[in-house]
Amino acid sequence: MKLKVNGMDRTFDGDPDMPLLWYLRDILGLTGTKFGCGIALCGACTVHKNGEAIRSCVTPMSGAADSDIRTIEDLGANGLHPVQEAWMQVNVPQCGYCQSGQIMQAVSLLKGNPHPSDQEIDEAMGGNICRCGTYQRIRQAIKVAAGKNA
Amino acid sequence: MSPIENVSRRRFLQGIFGAGALVLAARYLPPMLMHGHAKDGQTDADRATFHPNLFVGIQPDGTVYIVAHRSEMGTTIRTSLPLVLADELDADWKRVKIDQAIGDKRYGDQNTDGSHSIRSFFDTLRQCGAAARLMLIQAAAEQWNVAVTECSTEMHTVVHKTSGRRLGYGELASAAARLPVPKAEQLKLKEPSEWRYIGKGMTSVDLEDLCTGRAMYGMDARSDGMVYASIEHPPVFGGKIMTLDDQEALKVAGVHQTVRIDPFKPPCAFQPLGGVAVIADNTWSAFQGRKKLKVTWDNGSNESYDSVEYKKELRETAHKPGKLIRSVGDSNQEFPAGNPVVEADYYVPLLAHTSMEPMVALAEFKDGKLTAWAPTQNPQGAQATIASELGIPVEDVICHVTLLGGGFGRKSKPDYIAEAAVLSKKLGRPVKVVWTREDDVKFDYYNAVAAMYMKAAVDQKGKPTAWLQRSVFPPITSIFDVNAVYGDPPHLAQGWTDLPYDLPSIRIENGPAQAHVRIGWLRSVANIYHAFAIQCFTDELAHRANRDPVEYMLDLIGPPRTLDFTNVEYPNYAADYKTYPWETGRLRNVIEIVADKSGWSKKKSKKGHGFGFAAHRSFLTYVATVVEVEVSNDGEIRIPRVDTAVDAGLVVNPEATRAQFEGAAVFGTSIVRSGEITAKNGVIQQSNFNDYPVARINEVPDQTNVYITESSAPPAGVGEPGVPPFVAAFCNAIFAATGKRVRDLPLSSNNLFA
Repeated sequence: MKLKVNGMDRTFDGDPDMPLLWYLRDILGLTGTKFGCGIALCGACTVHKNGEAIRSCVTPMSGAADSDIRTIEDLGANGLHPVQEAWMQVNVPQCGYCQSGQIMQAVSLLKGNPHPSDQEIDEAMGGNICRCGTYQRIRQAIKVAAGKNA
Repeated sequence: MSPIENVSRRRFLQGIFGAGALVLAARYLPPMLMHGHAKDGQTDADRATFHPNLFVGIQPDGTVYIVAHRSEMGTTIRTSLPLVLADELDADWKRVKIDQAIGDKRYGDQNTDGSHSIRSFFDTLRQCGAAARLMLIQAAAEQWNVAVTECSTEMHTVVHKTSGRRLGYGELASAAARLPVPKAEQLKLKEPSEWRYIGKGMTSVDLEDLCTGRAMYGMDARSDGMVYASIEHPPVFGGKIMTLDDQEALKVAGVHQTVRIDPFKPPCAFQPLGGVAVIADNTWSAFQGRKKLKVTWDNGSNESYDSVEYKKELRETAHKPGKLIRSVGDSNQEFPAGNPVVEADYYVPLLAHTSMEPMVALAEFKDGKLTAWAPTQNPQGAQATIASELGIPVEDVICHVTLLGGGFGRKSKPDYIAEAAVLSKKLGRPVKVVWTREDDVKFDYYNAVAAMYMKAAVDQKGKPTAWLQRSVFPPITSIFDVNAVYGDPPHLAQGWTDLPYDLPSIRIENGPAQAHVRIGWLRSVANIYHAFAIQCFTDELAHRANRDPVEYMLDLIGPPRTLDFTNVEYPNYAADYKTYPWETGRLRNVIEIVADKSGWSKKKSKKGHGFGFAAHRSFLTYVATVVEVEVSNDGEIRIPRVDTAVDAGLVVNPEATRAQFEGAAVFGTSIVRSGEITAKNGVIQQSNFNDYPVARINEVPDQTNVYITESSAPPAGVGEPGVPPFVAAFCNAIFAATGKRVRDLPLSSNNLFA
């Protein structure tokens, strides 16, 4: 099967049931996308498929075929994304392991809703767990990034 | 806290490390003994042109390498501790590079737990920075042929004020390297007013990497030719394989083979649990292969473990006389007739860590040596365990420390690294062991399940005249001694032995409990259940007496004094009691601050909207917390605001400290709302974030305000002390809003709002 990962054409002829997460991490070596739960409960594995946030741990390769996959490595490839800048400004991360997924989810949220309310933030980010407990700053950083949206 | 480690000190470092009761710390490192390059220079600091001691090296281009010998799991310690050295060195932080140390006894204690990294190494790193600075000044004075006293430093430069001459640190590196290292008594440390970084802090050196996916965790470690392993562990603690059929597993694409791992020899300590590993080309194939294994188990004696029954047993034990831990006044004559008696039982279940990064490690056995890359809080513990498992000298185990995707105490236990080591030796190639979330939840070293019985006789004003508290929990020491059933002094000292109340009669006891799973340290450890019981019981008594909980607690604490532990075993977090006395005045102070800042006196709880309060000292830090809750008619709880006041002594990095207390409130939210691990027939019943939920963004405090007091006291802990008072204050707030007492955690299983 064919797919695009971070703008590059890729072909994959392995097990079509393999989750996209393990293809990205183990085969392409794109380790910015994290393994947290394996069953779409924590959001650490969030990437974009055709611009939408998805959980790569439960997306089989067959479901990623012919699509445009973007990971955290691509987000800041040409200078930091405004969401990443906001994350740094607010000093969000503690251990940081969940933050790739948080940032990819937040980018997706702001793309569809440039000025989300607290409740909309909670709804969009509710699937992303941070065990260090950086939620207060995540909410703040999303607002900072939203403030940069014209 | 760390287990007792038998550290055989290297001859050339003899006498350098001061040993605490439990924690070995390089409190004092005479730089003289560390002059010159380490023979097997491991760090860039070791290899630098000017290398006055093992924590710092300076290159001719002015680059300063500072060694981070503690593990980074989100506390910013990898930044904050080097910052202390950089300050005394008068270094430009922009020209500092951080060197992450491997596990090596020459650094002293590296087990990054117990919230003591700053406390134990603050003086040492200041001295190391000051020694380097003095040598740079001496080198410049020699070149200029002027007196050392005429020279000073400014940001990475030595300056001769009268002539205006200046030399950069890099330019002086070669000359400084030829000078003798000064003795400790020759060093002049900066006055606090001269500090450039200490007390002001700095954001994490890893911040951009953490926001771009470039940060390298244990999960991201790779090695040429490595294979992946997923391990089927015995479902019951102490179980062994009876039969194994791996035929179907071996048919899975990408699976190479299966390998048995021997069961541990009791006590388990940090040994692998045993089981069977599926070896594959990639993580997914290993997981898939494992699902096809057919294994039957001899479950052993822990098969009878049932959490419902066990809770009853703990409670029964808590109602019987136990071992006396501390007594004040005539506690044998407790509860004379006349005064009313109040009793209450409290319960906290087993808790799992669930760091976002599950256990993972890469190991390579080659030419008789084992090299590991792992997210570990305890690289020396990994060395010792691996050396023992493989039968090789500790010196032949090299443990690299990656970033940790959370730790919370779980990654102080290196069992998962030992698994990778054992497999690599068997297979003769690099092996990466990856635990699933289910493995992580089911095979944790859990925070102990605990039952607390509280009893007080109260006078007409509702103040206790006699106080009894008895705790029962399987001790952490059970992983090192199968016969250990009583709480050990260091963990009883976590908020139990040191009840700070000024009452005429106090009796503190502990009862026995047998462990049936691995018990371990989890952020705040025994303080969680001890503070929960004491602080909620105190709130109960205050309400019973119709008194304000804050005013009531201040009354119980009494006037400012230093607690007297004469004839009481009180390890005080392995800190010297003269340096870190238990001062009730400091607890009173944070209580008064949080009451003021939260507007406590103006806030009146009403139905559905409540304010709760608690205060606790742990890890030598004094904390008081006010939690505001809103509870809907169907029991849905929101937390609009948390206020917490902190006296942690001198704080090196205030921003990082605030973040730790914000995080502690979230960690505590998870404990109160839903933290519960249970066993049936010896098998852990939870598996992932569906049945072991942790707090999500909509469930946590909207706002956590942290007030750090200015303090000249020596530095204390900040990673853990926020959790215990939050848990109790949250439960007290729920009572204030609903009239319902939370005595059994968590809320999700106590039917409070059914």
